[in-house]
Amino acid sequence: MKPEMKLIFEKSREGRTGYQVPDTGVESVDPRAHLGRWFREDIAGFPELSEPEVVRHFVNLSKLNYSIDEGMYPLGSCTMKYNPKINETTAAMDGFAGVHPYWPERQIQGALRLMRDLEHLLCEITGLAAFSLQPAAGAHGELTGMLMVTAHNKSRGEKRDVVLIPDSAHGTNPSSAHICGLKVQQIASNTRGRLDLESLRAHISPSVAALMITNPNTLGLFEDEIAKIAGMLHEAGAQLYMDGANMNALLGKVRPGDLGVDVLHLNLHKTFSTPHGGGGPGAGPVGAAKHLERFRPVPVIEEHDGQLRFASNRPDSVGKVKGFYGNFGMLVRAYTYILSLGASGLREIAEAAVLNANYVRAKLSDRYHLPYSCLNMHEVILSDKKQMVHGVTTLNIAKRLMDYGFHPPTIYFPLIVSGAMMIEPTESEPLDEIDRFIAAMRAIADEAETNPDIVKNAPHSTTVQKLDEARAARTPILRWKP
Amino acid sequence: MAGRYIPLTEDEKRRMLEAVGVASIDALFEAIPAELRQRGELKIAGPQSELEVERHLASLADLNTHSCLSFVGAGAYQHHIPAHVGQTALRSEFSTAYTPYQPEISQGTLQAVFEFQTMMCQLTGLDISNASLYDGATATAEAMLMSNRANDRKTFLIPRSLHPEYRAVCRTYAANLGFNLVEIGFGADGRSDLAEAASAAGADLSAIILQSPNFFGCLEDWTEAARIAHAHDALAVAVTAEALSLALIKSPGECGCDIAVGEAQSFGIPVSFGGPYLGFLAARQKLVRNMPGRLVGQTIDKNGRRGYVLTLATREQHIRREKATSNICTNQGLCALMATIYMATLGRRGLRDLACLNLSQAAYLRKAIESSRKMRVRFSGTCFNELVVDLGRSSKEVQERLQDRGVIAGLPLGVFFPELATTLLLCVTETARREDIDTLVRELEAVL
Repeated sequence: MKPEMKLIFEKSREGRTGYQVPDTGVESVDPRAHLGRWFREDIAGFPELSEPEVVRHFVNLSKLNYSIDEGMYPLGSCTMKYNPKINETTAAMDGFAGVHPYWPERQIQGALRLMRDLEHLLCEITGLAAFSLQPAAGAHGELTGMLMVTAHNKSRGEKRDVVLIPDSAHGTNPSSAHICGLKVQQIASNTRGRLDLESLRAHISPSVAALMITNPNTLGLFEDEIAKIAGMLHEAGAQLYMDGANMNALLGKVRPGDLGVDVLHLNLHKTFSTPHGGGGPGAGPVGAAKHLERFRPVPVIEEHDGQLRFASNRPDSVGKVKGFYGNFGMLVRAYTYILSLGASGLREIAEAAVLNANYVRAKLSDRYHLPYSCLNMHEVILSDKKQMVHGVTTLNIAKRLMDYGFHPPTIYFPLIVSGAMMIEPTESEPLDEIDRFIAAMRAIADEAETNPDIVKNAPHSTTVQKLDEARAARTPILRWKP
Repeated sequence: MAGRYIPLTEDEKRRMLEAVGVASIDALFEAIPAELRQRGELKIAGPQSELEVERHLASLADLNTHSCLSFVGAGAYQHHIPAHVGQTALRSEFSTAYTPYQPEISQGTLQAVFEFQTMMCQLTGLDISNASLYDGATATAEAMLMSNRANDRKTFLIPRSLHPEYRAVCRTYAANLGFNLVEIGFGADGRSDLAEAASAAGADLSAIILQSPNFFGCLEDWTEAARIAHAHDALAVAVTAEALSLALIKSPGECGCDIAVGEAQSFGIPVSFGGPYLGFLAARQKLVRNMPGRLVGQTIDKNGRRGYVLTLATREQHIRREKATSNICTNQGLCALMATIYMATLGRRGLRDLACLNLSQAAYLRKAIESSRKMRVRFSGTCFNELVVDLGRSSKEVQERLQDRGVIAGLPLGVFFPELATTLLLCVTETARREDIDTLVRELEAVL
């Protein structure tokens, strides 16, 4: 077994450094005299290593990760697809990565044009009137979208302080609405795994600001009554917010704007392939129908005499939600991706993603319980109902998948399915890899019957085995100390 | 034809459709009512080959300037980035992994975040740090929400010397929460009027939010801010937009502040037209349950081996939903990793040496301006690597004229502060050589 990985602080040796300060030709000041009472004596405990030691440390750390470039990562609702390397090349171009956000407008016409073009592409893909690229992630897009809804209601002199959210929604939805000062009411799902229209009808009132719906929803099902839902909301003067986390299934197939959606966010780090980075950065652009356009964050991009510029004088805007203009580097990547694929490529993504997920369902339906057995979209939900008989849970199955060389699916979500396993293969998996995953899942189902302990004690092959998460929360150690 | 990112062949598709039991791809989408479906293709050109796409992007990049001498900072700093920082962070194992929900196969990311948290604690002089927030502006807004959770009060003192974008984001986040944001002015030294803050502080004070170095580059008095806040049982929030300054300047923790937030883009992350950057948030131990964002903690596996996990998740949206401490989910993981590699490389000595060089650069610039008869340093306060110069005439016009001479001479402040329309905010990092600074001063003098 490999020895325990030391922390960088434990490798530190006094007197080492990995950096040489450049000689600028400027005379050095005495910082103590210069700073007086502001002077800091030391950064106690900070590491001291040479460059080769630093590189080795982080390369060795990287080897303890699983990544999409190593194999299938069927993490439902996260759309872990291949991240094309050309996107990294373009984002790193000096004319993008080296551009300062406060340079004068005539020096940044390329960046502005890219952003304006990307806005137009996202409008075309979603059927909405306008986009803001400012939000930094999906949840940030939700917050921005709901701030726009709130500003819209205020502008009409309406006090609407309730937001309706299905019980299958991501936790970010209620949390984002809360920061907008909205109260959350939960809407039930029906036996078909869709939003229950009766429950919706019972909750609609003049206080309702919006319904936040995820489509396809987190059960991997298309909300087929969406047009009717939009009608009910609009009749009551409320807005339809769509969480576009699962937009991968809809590219080129259906446009949210055509479904009556008023405002939505997209996750560029899901549908549009920007790498997830072990937890970000992402980008969560917000699209709006015509009547909400004027509430977008400032600045917006305007064109005058062929020159593009930022405009901030927008009295109805919700204001700024982030410093500068958004996670521009992620915008370059997503833009590169959309141009690479074109209309037909985007449509083929949705088709292959949906085909792959349905194929997984078809090939596992005899061994795993399917809470909803209909055709699904980009992801399929299984549960541990059949394995529970042998004392094997979803968590056990997830950990055992690691021994077969796979990242587990999303587990115990959505909350409305007991022991949920949410599997999203995405379009970029080769059939051989999907078949290998299916074989692993079937083998684990066998093991649950014949040798449940091997599943229950998994993983067996990883550098660390099952970690004590309760202990971490009970007595938190959140930093190294000498 | 299979696209280059979509492996399925026509033959495989046929076999798979058969397994699913449907006749066609279209049949897979039958849940979408026919009248709602897209007719025809989207109006988007392509698919394009990699070569064509690369050429197109290069042509857009070429429309941006990137050969000027630039002296713009103001919350985004052009520091040299050692080559191995990007190369190591962009390894597939880091960049193409998801948030580390499954710790057994995510120890690389988790340990790196644990190291990041530790370094941010060491730099800020506080007990705990989260795994990152979007940027300095949203981190400041999160600190405001966090203070409100901690003491259930709604008044915040927001000096005008706080970065205008940070102030704007605070206002946006506060818009529907009934918060009272009170602005505090600044004096001839460029520093906030803390006497004004002391008299504005009352029983409903939740926090004083003070940036140092502030937007004008001047160092502020965190110790006094903490004293005022604590006299009212409120919190002191220290903000830093130029994280490098923390290496040489007395830390927020040492000054008695309760929360430190800011922007750590300076640590190995390119300016990239404003993002992605790296928001950080550190705090005293007693505030841990009120913290937003992810936290990594140390634990052991069943064999007693040390390992790391995401922890204290009961604060977070996926468990607590609308009662969560923040809506944040995806954060700035890879940027935090870049900063961790950068900080580890420069280390205890290198980071201070670099900070000292930045300090020296600004001191040199200051002296050069002070010896000019055509302009003057606007504020007397001590600076780190930025200062405000008063040109005595429209700084926007002067800056425009210098662009034609290959110099981007800082940020004209009139856009944010009408009373400072004759001033420029100048930044000098280690990337400016002495002759570059001399060129800046010479060119300014030439057009004044």
